[in-house]
Amino acid sequence: MLPISKHVIAGGTAFLLCSTTTHAGEIWVTNEKDDTVSVISTETLEVIQTYETGERPRGITFSKDFSRVYICASDSDAVQVMDPNTGKILHDLPSGEDPEQFVLHPDDKHLYIANEDDAITTVVDVESRKVVAQIDVGVEPEGMAVSPDGMVAITTSETTNMAHWIDTTTQQLFANTLVDSRPRHAEFVKDGSEMWVSSEIGGTITVFDVATQTEKAKISFEVQGVHPDRVQPVGFEFTEGDTYAFVALGPSNHLAVVNAETYEVEDYILVGRRVWHMAFNADRSRLFTTNGVSGDVTVVDVASRKALKSIKVGRFPWGAAFRP
Amino acid sequence: MHRVIILTTALLCGQGATADVALDVGYLSVEAHRPPTLSNLDPVPANLGLAGAQTGLQDNLTTGKFLGHGYSLIEVQVSVGEDPLEPARDLLQSTSFILLDAPAETLAAIADLPEAQGAILFNTSAGELSLRDTECRANLLHSLPSHAMRTDALAQFFVQRRWNDLVMIFGSYAQDQAYAEAMRRSLKKFGMALSEEKSWAFDADMRRTASQEIPLFTQDLGDYDALIVADELHDFGRYVLYNTWQARPVVGSEGLSAVTWSPVIEQWGAAQLQSRFSDAHARDMATQDYAAWAAMRSLGEAVTRTNSADPDTLRSYILSDSFELAGFKGRPLTYRAWNGQLRQPIAIAHPRALVAQAPLEGFLHQTNELDSLGLDRPESQCEAFQ
Repeated sequence: MLPISKHVIAGGTAFLLCSTTTHAGEIWVTNEKDDTVSVISTETLEVIQTYETGERPRGITFSKDFSRVYICASDSDAVQVMDPNTGKILHDLPSGEDPEQFVLHPDDKHLYIANEDDAITTVVDVESRKVVAQIDVGVEPEGMAVSPDGMVAITTSETTNMAHWIDTTTQQLFANTLVDSRPRHAEFVKDGSEMWVSSEIGGTITVFDVATQTEKAKISFEVQGVHPDRVQPVGFEFTEGDTYAFVALGPSNHLAVVNAETYEVEDYILVGRRVWHMAFNADRSRLFTTNGVSGDVTVVDVASRKALKSIKVGRFPWGAAFRP
Repeated sequence: MHRVIILTTALLCGQGATADVALDVGYLSVEAHRPPTLSNLDPVPANLGLAGAQTGLQDNLTTGKFLGHGYSLIEVQVSVGEDPLEPARDLLQSTSFILLDAPAETLAAIADLPEAQGAILFNTSAGELSLRDTECRANLLHSLPSHAMRTDALAQFFVQRRWNDLVMIFGSYAQDQAYAEAMRRSLKKFGMALSEEKSWAFDADMRRTASQEIPLFTQDLGDYDALIVADELHDFGRYVLYNTWQARPVVGSEGLSAVTWSPVIEQWGAAQLQSRFSDAHARDMATQDYAAWAAMRSLGEAVTRTNSADPDTLRSYILSDSFELAGFKGRPLTYRAWNGQLRQPIAIAHPRALVAQAPLEGFLHQTNELDSLGLDRPESQCEAFQ
């Protein structure tokens, strides 16, 4: 069932692209220390817009139909809802304190938000703009993911070093699994059969079998000429069909290319300094990484695994999201 | 009579608890006589160190509730003039895990108690090199960096900036002398030396203000690249800045300092620890708070990973290659297996900003760059850990 529905979605995207030929794809990047988002054209590879946001914008994601963009304004203690066509803030959502990352449930209605200072995950209904639930998790929650079927949400906690498994029906935890130090990012892959968590200080990615919540594999990284302590996996994204994972390795200034079948690292790509997160263009042929310290975005050609260009954005670019 | 306060006792059973493990942690602070300083601008908080242990306890409790692990903190204060060994013995009756805030010689005496054999004690207050060297104890770990780690950090900075011509003023207290000695050692280690040094000697009659004395006092130091001040009690050092005869930077205990922790550290997620701490204690987190936090979290991390409260199990895990503490310093913190010192980056900062973080780029090491700071394996004469 699932592969078929996925196929339909892919077809839908293609259709959308064909029908909007006048509208090039865009990568939206949050600039943590500028209180802005930079909008990059995936065609011209230039910044075409800069919009103001609340304080310290980090997590960013679009609604299913791309008519709204949600932005975690961490120091404003709000999730802002912006009209991406005008850059106008439509309203704020109640988010709990210090929202850092979030994930939009497949129902397009519920945002799962990590409240970093409060050890809480907040669930917000974006339509009624009300908090639906608050779930106690570990110290400094950050990474957020939700399974493709919407049944399971994940929060990772940086100081507790766990992935917390949330049953989205009851909004209760049903498992807590230890990972290596300082987990930062989580993703469900392979139709939700696997869940990956990156550990920044541990320097690893843990692959979980979702059905049993047990560890299936652990991926380590080794960048030539860089001390292992500085190889710190943070954000990661998958190519079409979840074949390869591109993993940001933070202060080592490299991306790793991981074969998602064998869990082997095949390549390292030099990008900007302190690489955080990333987003693909429409056909996933190019990857855009946010480089916090150098204040730019590196464009990577996925097929040749080469960096093509650096695009200057605001100060401390952090989150990235694509819209067609 | 010393005071004993049980701060928090909590055994929380969370979901998926595999076992109920409870760890009582003692916090023993031995009050020391503090000599008067020229300025009263920096009062010493009454809960210095203890507040860090409390924040570490909260972090451990939050994690523990998902695993069925409980933690508690037992605080004991020993007043000036009291014998610290008796309350230490009492505390060791109830727990084998103690965070110590005491002078170096008291730390060694407590570690030597028959009751302390097999315990895990943490030094959170004494930077003396001897405790990591000939005077080391197998049951005493150090979450506070040694003086040498801090002075090595500054020496790396001098090398990087090519500040080769250095002079020093040192105070008269034992802490100042220890810092000055560590600085001389570090300069030698990195191929430098002091061209001049003077002892701060205004003990008689301060006729004019310190700020008027300093230009005269520093006039005969000649020219130099930077002036090192060894004033660990912060008595006169603050008046040296901008008052020197030569317009040169002041480093050491004042000005540009190598510190374990500082409110200006906000990178590497540190802003979260800073705000968690200041929300709970209504003040900034200081070095000794950080050392106590790191000790508490080291125990918590070991309990989390081993699912045990057995001192031997925890000690061998803490000293193993598997242990790593995410300490908000940008890389994992581990313990040196040869003397129990917590390896950690050292911040080089002034009161308004972080300037650099040691080890600085280019200071290489065959196994771990962090071991370019403080006593490396071949240098340490500690044998208790073998």
